[in-house]
Amino acid sequence: MKTVLPFREITPSKDHVAVRFGGETLMLPRGENLAGALLVAGVMPFRHTPVSGAPRGPFCMMGACYDCLVEIDGMTRQACMLQVCEDMEITMPAANGGRDV
Amino acid sequence: MTSDYAIIGGGIVGLSTAWGLLKRGLRVTVLDGDDGSFRASRGNFGLVWVQSKGMNQPRYAQWSQTSAAAWADFANELGDATGRDVGLAQNGGYDLHFSEESLEATVAQYEILKEKLDGNYPYEVLGHNALRREEPAIGPRVVGAILHHQDGHANPLKLLRGLADDVRRLGGVILNGKTVTDVDKTDLFRISCSDGSEIHSRKVVLSAGLGAVTLGPMMGFKAPIRPQRGQVLITEKLPKLINRPSLIARQVDEGGIQIGATNEEVGLDDHVTQPGLSGLASEAIAAFPALAKAQLVRSWGALRILSPDGLPIYQESPTMPGAYLVTCHSGITLAAAHAKFLPDWLEGTDAAPNLEVFSEDRFAVS
Repeated sequence: MKTVLPFREITPSKDHVAVRFGGETLMLPRGENLAGALLVAGVMPFRHTPVSGAPRGPFCMMGACYDCLVEIDGMTRQACMLQVCEDMEITMPAANGGRDV
Repeated sequence: MTSDYAIIGGGIVGLSTAWGLLKRGLRVTVLDGDDGSFRASRGNFGLVWVQSKGMNQPRYAQWSQTSAAAWADFANELGDATGRDVGLAQNGGYDLHFSEESLEATVAQYEILKEKLDGNYPYEVLGHNALRREEPAIGPRVVGAILHHQDGHANPLKLLRGLADDVRRLGGVILNGKTVTDVDKTDLFRISCSDGSEIHSRKVVLSAGLGAVTLGPMMGFKAPIRPQRGQVLITEKLPKLINRPSLIARQVDEGGIQIGATNEEVGLDDHVTQPGLSGLASEAIAAFPALAKAQLVRSWGALRILSPDGLPIYQESPTMPGAYLVTCHSGITLAAAHAKFLPDWLEGTDAAPNLEVFSEDRFAVS
């Protein structure tokens, strides 16, 4: 997943916790903004849209655009509005009816 | 600059009418308000709806049916001209019921109306199981629904955009940010705006929504209309969950689900309230339990434009011949009728629809 990353931590954290994203385990800085931490970890896209299946990721980083959506415990959440917590189980909201709704 | 028609009000009603007049080769100027105006065209629920309308006045049911039947051609014409799809789907719509009593009572009323319409009222009653086959996401508390085959919905914002584009393409002039302060008539109508500008025209259509409350009496109309607030909620875009629209929820062409709507008599207040939105959310979850997990991305309030009996008003001014009041609650449903048939009434041609029951005579003081 990691290639040349345009994002990096300004102040590298020493306290990393394991987070599951789409079946993969990522070590992310505890308490960091989840969308930011996923970008630093090289995650892209975050999801595919439910109607056309187009790829999406963070755009506004301030809770307005709803493009950084991820699924946590069966709920669609805005990654930019969450902090990294230990043992987070994150999945991509699936495209085209893949979700249990 | 002299136009054949000045249209006061650049919402769906005014633009649909303007579009129809332009198609007949007339010169039209539309005066649109500003962002501080109450703009039902930007806040509505987008239904193209027949059922439940005109229970006490079958002509209103017919007029809605006439418009619904003309909608597909109207949408195609607009789409071909502008390249904008207005998201029309007319595969029927539901009136969802949570009790057998309310379902039976509504069916009894529909039967009376159906007879008055000579049987042209194609609906069927679905029990819970039949409804579940059509709508797998329906909740256990919904006992059944009335599926009316003449109902549907569209994307009202795309309609507004498409109409504005095509009115301009057809040579119409749309002036934004105009507040009309005065209308008088000598040979021509003279419409004065708060910015000092004047527009001259041969005829005038007043389709300014709630703006008609003040402008109407100035022009010789009774214009007994009032605001009624509707609050709505919008979810994140979701995979297909709801097939057909209802008054409770509809899934739009872009995937979001619009949840509606409150009916509140609160004057010119278009704010949202926590009790209002909570009530909408809980009703929507009762209808479609999966919505409990949906994220809400927006909410807003908008003001309906209601006459005392809920019917449209089409009236020529008794004191200013050539001035017409055109106002209604259901600007989306009636958009096709306003675009295709109302111009004949405004022009007084032989093809004019009979709109007598919608005149202001019905508000005469007894």
